[in-house]
Amino acid sequence: MEEVLLNIQDLYTEYNTDHGLVQAVNGISLKIRKGETLGLVGETGAGKTTTALSILRLIPDPPGRIRSGKIFLGDQELTACTEKEMQKIRGNRISMIFQDPMTALNPVLSVGDQIAEVVRLHEKCSRAQAQERGCQLLELVGIPANRYKEFPHQFSGGMKQRVVIAIALACTPELLIADEPTTALDVTIQAQVLELIASLQEKTKTAVLLITHDLGVVAEVCCQVAIMYAGEIVEYGSTEEIYHNPSHPYTIGLFRSIPSVDRKVHRLQPIAGLMPDPTALGDGCPFAPRCPKCTPRCQEKRPPIMQLEGEHQVKCWLFAEGEEES
Amino acid sequence: MSEYLMEVKDLKKYFKTRSGMLHAVDGVTFSLRPGETLGVVGESGCGKSTLGRTLVKLLEPTEGQILFEGEDITYARGVQLKRLRTRIQMIFQDPFSSLNPRKTVRESILEPLKLNSALSARQREEQVLELMNTVGLAQRLAHSYPHELDGGRRQRIGIARALALNPAFIVCDEPVSALDVSIQAQILNLMQDVQEDQHLAYLFITHDLSVVRHMANQILVMYLGQMVELTSADVLFERQMHPYTQALLSAIPVPSLEKRRQRIILRGEITSPINPPAGCRFAPRCPYVTERCTAQTPELYEAAPGHFVACHRGGEVG
Amino acid sequence: MTELSMQKRRSSRRREFWLRLCRNKAALIGMVILSVLIITAVFAPIIAPYHYDEQNYQITNQLPSLAHPLGTDNCGRDILSRLIYGSRVSLQIGFIAVGIGAAVGGLLGAVAAFYGKAVDNIIMRCIDIVLAIPSTLLAISISAALGPGLTNAMIAIGIGSAPNYARIVRASVLTVKEQEFVEAARCVGASDAYIILREILPNALSPIIVQATLGVASAILSAAALSFIGLGIQPPSPEWGAMLSAGRVYIRDFWPIVTFPGVAIMITIFALNLFGDGLRDVLDPKLRR
Repeated sequence: MEEVLLNIQDLYTEYNTDHGLVQAVNGISLKIRKGETLGLVGETGAGKTTTALSILRLIPDPPGRIRSGKIFLGDQELTACTEKEMQKIRGNRISMIFQDPMTALNPVLSVGDQIAEVVRLHEKCSRAQAQERGCQLLELVGIPANRYKEFPHQFSGGMKQRVVIAIALACTPELLIADEPTTALDVTIQAQVLELIASLQEKTKTAVLLITHDLGVVAEVCCQVAIMYAGEIVEYGSTEEIYHNPSHPYTIGLFRSIPSVDRKVHRLQPIAGLMPDPTALGDGCPFAPRCPKCTPRCQEKRPPIMQLEGEHQVKCWLFAEGEEES
Repeated sequence: MSEYLMEVKDLKKYFKTRSGMLHAVDGVTFSLRPGETLGVVGESGCGKSTLGRTLVKLLEPTEGQILFEGEDITYARGVQLKRLRTRIQMIFQDPFSSLNPRKTVRESILEPLKLNSALSARQREEQVLELMNTVGLAQRLAHSYPHELDGGRRQRIGIARALALNPAFIVCDEPVSALDVSIQAQILNLMQDVQEDQHLAYLFITHDLSVVRHMANQILVMYLGQMVELTSADVLFERQMHPYTQALLSAIPVPSLEKRRQRIILRGEITSPINPPAGCRFAPRCPYVTERCTAQTPELYEAAPGHFVACHRGGEVG
Repeated sequence: MTELSMQKRRSSRRREFWLRLCRNKAALIGMVILSVLIITAVFAPIIAPYHYDEQNYQITNQLPSLAHPLGTDNCGRDILSRLIYGSRVSLQIGFIAVGIGAAVGGLLGAVAAFYGKAVDNIIMRCIDIVLAIPSTLLAISISAALGPGLTNAMIAIGIGSAPNYARIVRASVLTVKEQEFVEAARCVGASDAYIILREILPNALSPIIVQATLGVASAILSAAALSFIGLGIQPPSPEWGAMLSAGRVYIRDFWPIVTFPGVAIMITIFALNLFGDGLRDVLDPKLRR
C-alpha cells in the first residue's frame, strides 16, 4: 500500500458571521494516499469547499478560522506553517481547480503566458524555458501548442477548464484539489474532462481530492469516497464498499433520490426535510431530524465513528449495537 | 378541436448579432397532448431555453407556427396574449434570480392573481394560502423574503406562481438543476403530483438525462438549434438512432459501479450557431460522418413508428 | 405561528440593515450629526435665542460673547440664530432639489434602460448634451430664466443634477432587468409600467439612495453658489450661502460673519458624505457576510 500523502486529523473550521457562529467543518478526519483519488461528496453547505480551503489555509480570516485539528502533507504539518511557507506549498505541492473556468483565468493574458507565469513563479527558469514548458502542458491537456498566444475568450468552457488544469499541473503537484471541476460543463464535455483528469493522474501519479455532489462522477473516477453532511464525514470507505453497501441512512437516501437512467420508477424517494441550520447544530446527530431510522439516542448524542469491514467507516448509532454508552 | 394541446410546426427563432444570424432554434416540430410531458434535452447553447421562451411568448418566433388548443398563437398580442398568460406558464431555472428579492412569499404568489383574476381581495388571500398548501410551503413562511429561504423552498414559490392561474401548459426551464439531489427529488415528486391533479402538460427542459427519463413521456433531443431525435422516453433509452443521442447517453456518469457503459468520447467542441453552414451540424464531431453529411442537411423523418430522427445514416447506427 | 413572530420576521431585513449601519462607525457619526441638524431645523423657533430678522444697530459686528455665542453681523443680527433658521432653508433646498433631480433623472434613466435601442439612444444623448454644460452654469441659467426665489432655485438645482441620476439609474436598471424575475413577472401578465415601477426600480434603488445622500451635499453647495451670486434665496431670509454672500464684503474686517456659515456648510456636507459612504457599504450585498 502507498504511503499516506494527506492526513487530516479532527479538523474544525468555523465562520463567525452576522447570524452567529457557523460550524462549517466539524471534526473530520481523512487520508489520501499517493496517486489516489478521493471523492468528497455532499450537498450545498456540507462543508466540502471549506475543507479544501482549510487544507490550503485559504480560509478568509476574519470571519473564518481553523479552530482545531491538524493537517499533514507528507511529514509537514500544514496547520503549523507560516504564511510564507504556505505560499511555497500552494501551487508547488498542492494546487486547486475551481468550479468556474470562466472566472479562473485572467482575460487580458494569453493562455500560454498564464501557464508560463505559474511555472516561472515556482521554478527558477528562464522565460524561454517557461514558455516551452507552457507549450508542453497545453499539449498534455489536449490543446494544440499553436493556440499558446490565444486569449481565454477565444476558448470554450471545456477548453478553459483544460487550461485551468494545465495551470494546476504546471509544477507537478503531489495533491490536486478539484472543486466541482465539471459542474459548469455539459455532459459530453464533462466526459472529456474526467477522462483527461484520470489519464493525467495515471501519468503524473498525482493524488486528487475531487469535490463533487454528483455520485455518478465519483463512480467514474474515485477509489475512495467520503460522504459529508453538515460539516461531518458520515460515511467513508472505498468506492466499492460505499456503492455496494451504503450504510449511513443519509448515503442510502442520497442514492435513492437520484432518478435512474436505466429503469423508470414511478416516484422518487427523496430525503425528507432540509439541511440543518449551520449556526444551531445541536448535540445530537445532525442528520437525525431527517433520518427515517432516528432513535431518541440520535437526538441526544453525536454518534461515534464506527468501523465496519475493511476501511469502511460510518458515523451512526445504528451500527453501535452492544456498544456501551460512555 | 384536435387531440393535441399544443402543436408546433417548423418553429424558428433567429437572433441578429454583430457577427451574423444566430440560429437559436432552427426548425422544431412536435405536438403535445394534455397531461403529457415532453422532455427537451441538449447541451448549453442548443436552443432549448430559447424554444421554451418562444412557446410562453416571451420571444416572438421568426418563422413557423404554434397552435395552442387549436388556436394560432404564433404572433399573439394584446388581449389574446393576456388570455394566453393564464393558460401557459413557466417555471424558471434559477430559484435565486427568478423571485423578486423585495417581495415576500405571499406577495410573490399573490402577484399573478392580482394581475389577472377578478377575485376579491379576500378570495385572493385564501387562494394564496391554498397554493402554499399545494406546493408544501408552511403558512408561517408567508411573510419571509426569498433570501431567507433555501433553493428548494424558493422553487416551490416559483411553482405556486405558475399554478396560480390554473394553466394547461407549463414550460419548465431546468427547474431542478440548481438544487441538491435530495431536494431535487422532492421538487420532482411535487411536479408529478400537481401534474396528475390538474392534468397539466409540461415542456420539461433539462440537460440532465436521468431527470428527463424520470419525468417525460416523449423526449426531443436538440443539437445546435435543430432537433435531431424525437421519440418516446422508453424507446430513446433503448435504441438511439442519432449518433449524438448515443454519445450523450453514454456520457452520463452513472452512480453505479457495475453498469459501466461503453463511453463514446466525442472529439471537439460545439461549433458556433452563427451562420451555420449547410450540412449536418453534428458532422464535425460525429464518429460516423460521411461526405454526404457535410454537403446536405439531413431532414427529420419517421424511421420507426413514432420515432423521428434527422440523420443520413439514422437506420444504420442504432 | 403567532402574529408577533410574523412581524418579527417581516422586520428582520430592516433590523439587519440597522445592525450593519450601527457597526459602521463613520456612517453612525454622520447619521448622528445629521439628526442633530434636522432637529435644530425643525425646532428652530424654540432653539434659536433671537429671531433671524431681529436687527440691533447698536451691536453690529460683535465678536462671540455670552449673549451672542457666534457674534452678530453687520446689521446686528445674531449669527447663531440666523444659522439655525438658515439650516431650515438649506436642508430643505438640499433634500427637495435632490428629490426633484432623482425623480426626473431616475425615471428617464429607467425608461432608457428598460426600452433600450432607439429610446435609450435618444434619452441618453440628450442627457449627454446636458451633462456637457457645467451643472452650476446650467442651474444659473435655469434660475435666471425662472427668476430668483426658493422654489425656482430648487427646480434649477434639481434639473441640473438630473443627468447624474439618469446615468446611475440606467446602469443599475440594466443589470436588474436581466434577472429572471422580470421575465417571471412578464409571464404572469405584468405590463411594462408595472414591471418598471414595481419590479425593477425597488431593486435598482440602493445606488440611487447613496448618490442622493451625497447629492444633498452638492445641492446645498449649489444653492449657496446661487445665493452667492444673488439668484437664490432673497434677503432677509437666512440661508447659509446667502449669509456667506452678504458677509463677503466684511471678510477682511470681521471674520465670524463668513466663517460660521462656512463651517455650518462644511459640517453638513461632511456628515452627509460620511453617511452616504457608509450607506453604500451597508447596502452592498457583496460586503455582507
